[in-house]
Amino acid sequence: MAQAQTTQAGTEAHGGAHAADATFPPFATETFAGQLIWLAITFVLLYTLLSKLVLPRLSGIIENRRSLIAKDLDEAAAMKIRAEEAGTAYEKALTEAKGRAQALAQETRAKLAAESDAKRKSLEADLNKRLAESEATIASKKTEAMSHVRGIAAETATAIVERITGKAPAKQAVEAALDQTKA
Amino acid sequence: MASPIEQFQVKPIIPAINFTNSSLFMVGAAAVIVGGLLYATRKKALIPGRAQSVAEILHDFVANTLTDTTGREGMKFFPFVFSLFMFVLTANLLGMIPGFFTTTSQIVVTFALAFLVIGTVIVYGFVAHGLHFLHLFTPSGVPGWLLPFITVIEIISFLSRPISLSLRLFANMLAGHIALKVFGGFVVSLGTAGIGIALLSPLPLLMAVGLTALEFLVAALQAYVFTVLTCIYLNDALHPGH
Repeated sequence: MAQAQTTQAGTEAHGGAHAADATFPPFATETFAGQLIWLAITFVLLYTLLSKLVLPRLSGIIENRRSLIAKDLDEAAAMKIRAEEAGTAYEKALTEAKGRAQALAQETRAKLAAESDAKRKSLEADLNKRLAESEATIASKKTEAMSHVRGIAAETATAIVERITGKAPAKQAVEAALDQTKA
Repeated sequence: MASPIEQFQVKPIIPAINFTNSSLFMVGAAAVIVGGLLYATRKKALIPGRAQSVAEILHDFVANTLTDTTGREGMKFFPFVFSLFMFVLTANLLGMIPGFFTTTSQIVVTFALAFLVIGTVIVYGFVAHGLHFLHLFTPSGVPGWLLPFITVIEIISFLSRPISLSLRLFANMLAGHIALKVFGGFVVSLGTAGIGIALLSPLPLLMAVGLTALEFLVAALQAYVFTVLTCIYLNDALHPGH
């Protein structure tokens, strides 16, 4: 029974006719008109709904996203340019500040050097003056001391002679002796 | 057990308005397309969910197929091509559900769709280019003595387009469904044939499983082929003389 049906099925699959349904169903021309009418109704309806309702909505979503992404990218690019500008400005400001700092340091150094130079010079001059004064003092003291030396020598010589001889020598004799020794 | 071609039988549902099971599945396909796409895009989300992603992928897929073949100006046919693709694809896939009628296995349906495509090409070709549209049949750069032959060949090839377009879809859907039914029938026949032979019945079952997967591929592929060929023919209407 089952095998018989399979055989029949095979025959029909090859387009063989069967007693019950003489024509192969897709070629049954009496169904064509009805199918065409319903296909026309369905397809016109489908086309209308899709083109007027569904596709504008779908394209709108996609277009909206696309423009939003493009806008965001543009904004990001603009921000990047601004950031780069800020970076350049910062670099410039930094270089300027460095230059100014260097100039200021140079100036300060020069000023300090000049100040210390002047101070040193005045100090040196002061010291030289004081040195000269001291030298003058020393020289005068020396002369003064030297002038006393003769008196002391005379007194010493008189005292020595007096101790030895018991009698003070004459002042002229001591002076003469001193002159002699000196010569 | 039903014969493998019984599934193609057009049966009346409401005879008064000629509404048959074929009509039901045409309307069903349209309802699934419109309803599904409206449901998928109901949120109009910037970051699409799963359903909206599918809708967007279908949109972009058809749009890319169309613009790749016809260029930007082809987008005026986008609703038409999208409707065709969605209708054929949905009708094919609905037919894969057991017990459902496959509208695209009716040659009158596929021929009507193919005729619609060629009709659009001819009407738009003459409206947009006038008699220049006839340059389609006289390719440039052909030697004069060869031109009559080439023109005849071009005309025959143009006229055979609706036939090949409709037959390809029809034959693929028809053959696939018959093969599925035949192998399904083998499972039952072998299973009831006796103890020893019944052991063989899993073999056609395996075949039927494999064929089912293949038929899903064919359902999608034939919808795509139909769409691509539509785009190519529309390109002739947009740019004749290429």
